[in-house]
Amino acid sequence: MAAKPGFPEILAFGPTGYGDELLWGAAMSISIALLAYSLGLIIGIIGALCKLDGSPLTRGIMEGYTTLVRAVPELILILILYYAGTATLNQLLESAGYETVAINGFVAAVLVLGFVQGAYSTEVLRAAIQAIPVGQMEAAKAYGMSPWLIFRRITLPSMLPYAIPGLANLWLIVTKDTALIAVVGYTELALATRQAAGNTKMYFTFFMVAGLIYLIITLISQKGFAILEKRVRRGQRKLA
Amino acid sequence: MQNADTTVDGDRIVAVQVTDLHKKFGELEVLKGVSLTAREGSVVSMIGASGSGKSTFLRCINFLEMPTQGQIEVTGEKVALDRHKDGDLHPADRKQLERIRTRLGMVFQSFNLWQHMTVLQNVIEAPVHVLGLPRAEAIERAEKLLHKVGLFDKRDQYPAFLSGGQQQRAAIARALCMEPKVMLFDEPTSALDPELVGEVLKVIRDLADEGRTMILVTHEMKFARSVSSHVIYLYKGVIEEEGPPSQVFGSPKSDRCRQFVSSAHA
Repeated sequence: MAAKPGFPEILAFGPTGYGDELLWGAAMSISIALLAYSLGLIIGIIGALCKLDGSPLTRGIMEGYTTLVRAVPELILILILYYAGTATLNQLLESAGYETVAINGFVAAVLVLGFVQGAYSTEVLRAAIQAIPVGQMEAAKAYGMSPWLIFRRITLPSMLPYAIPGLANLWLIVTKDTALIAVVGYTELALATRQAAGNTKMYFTFFMVAGLIYLIITLISQKGFAILEKRVRRGQRKLA
Repeated sequence: MQNADTTVDGDRIVAVQVTDLHKKFGELEVLKGVSLTAREGSVVSMIGASGSGKSTFLRCINFLEMPTQGQIEVTGEKVALDRHKDGDLHPADRKQLERIRTRLGMVFQSFNLWQHMTVLQNVIEAPVHVLGLPRAEAIERAEKLLHKVGLFDKRDQYPAFLSGGQQQRAAIARALCMEPKVMLFDEPTSALDPELVGEVLKVIRDLADEGRTMILVTHEMKFARSVSSHVIYLYKGVIEEEGPPSQVFGSPKSDRCRQFVSSAHA
């Protein structure tokens, strides 16, 4: 029996180490997080506008959606949406006379996490829009701006100073929520780590490395959001 | 301006005509049939105690507040209105409303400059995006106006870093850059420290001297007296007295009006 490879050879790229597997897992985690976050932002903008300006029906639907997502643990939502969602889709396809499909784990992860993120984004963006002084929109109306122009030129940029801290939190949460996707068997960073650890029995090493990768993602994100926040607050005075 | 010959004045084009305006907030009727005619080149001031409805009236002219009853005509164009389920009249045609609003340059009590834009960006925003003016042309127009209100050197500052008086002068430049037919001033100096009132009033007086049509809601009695061609004294949502400033301030027929202007040291 060959001598067990030790640290740091175990993290090498190629057939002897797990470096490439971990990096690939991290890339998948970041991709899922980015897409889910974007989907969540789109849902969030629509959701916030529905809650603020919608009819009683759309307001009710959005209220139900945000309450449901905030009430149920993410892990359970992922299991429900992944398994029940796949089963329902296939039942529908079957009854309509189509072949059943195997749902791509990546797509499912993005949709499920995006659905969860959307609920939280809705609340962050709703609160941020409500924090804008009403005079900002009144001035825009008074100069003949159309509702879409007001949204694009005034509402959106004015709400960012109030929204960025909340949105930064949501981003950091979604980067770590990608680890939950491991339960449905998609190989992202957490599952890649567990597999590598299981194969080598070097649990401590691999989970420390995974933790370090999550930490690096977080540190870079925090720096990015700090720059962004400074930029959107450039018209505001610092507190003395 | 003052004591304009009424026959000449009568020939001038009507810029804003408000007829029998009523406004209810729930059960409270704050305007009970107020009418106003502002001809081109005239300065109409509205005075009255807080709560008399003068700001609400001004805000109804460009539909920041929806009237409950009445009719509004701007440069000869009647605003089409529909009865809304909240009981008020709302503009029936959004495009017409937006077009009418571009002719009315509104200046707010609290300035309402867009906080995320510099002074220059504030001034060119609506000319570029609403009127479709080429950016270079808008900047040229804006810089002239900023010179005029004495803020050219502040053009790249954000509003939060300016004094109240500077912000209000920037807001006036922003309104002027639309080349409106009528300027609407909603208590433009009420939010200012006393020492900053003068610089804003000077800009407004210059505009009056140029012959701009203006409707001015104000608590500055001396200023209203000297700058207006017509003064309306509003009391609890009704016009209690109106006429040339010499009448309203000098020899009012109504006792309430006399009491109001004398207590305000006009």
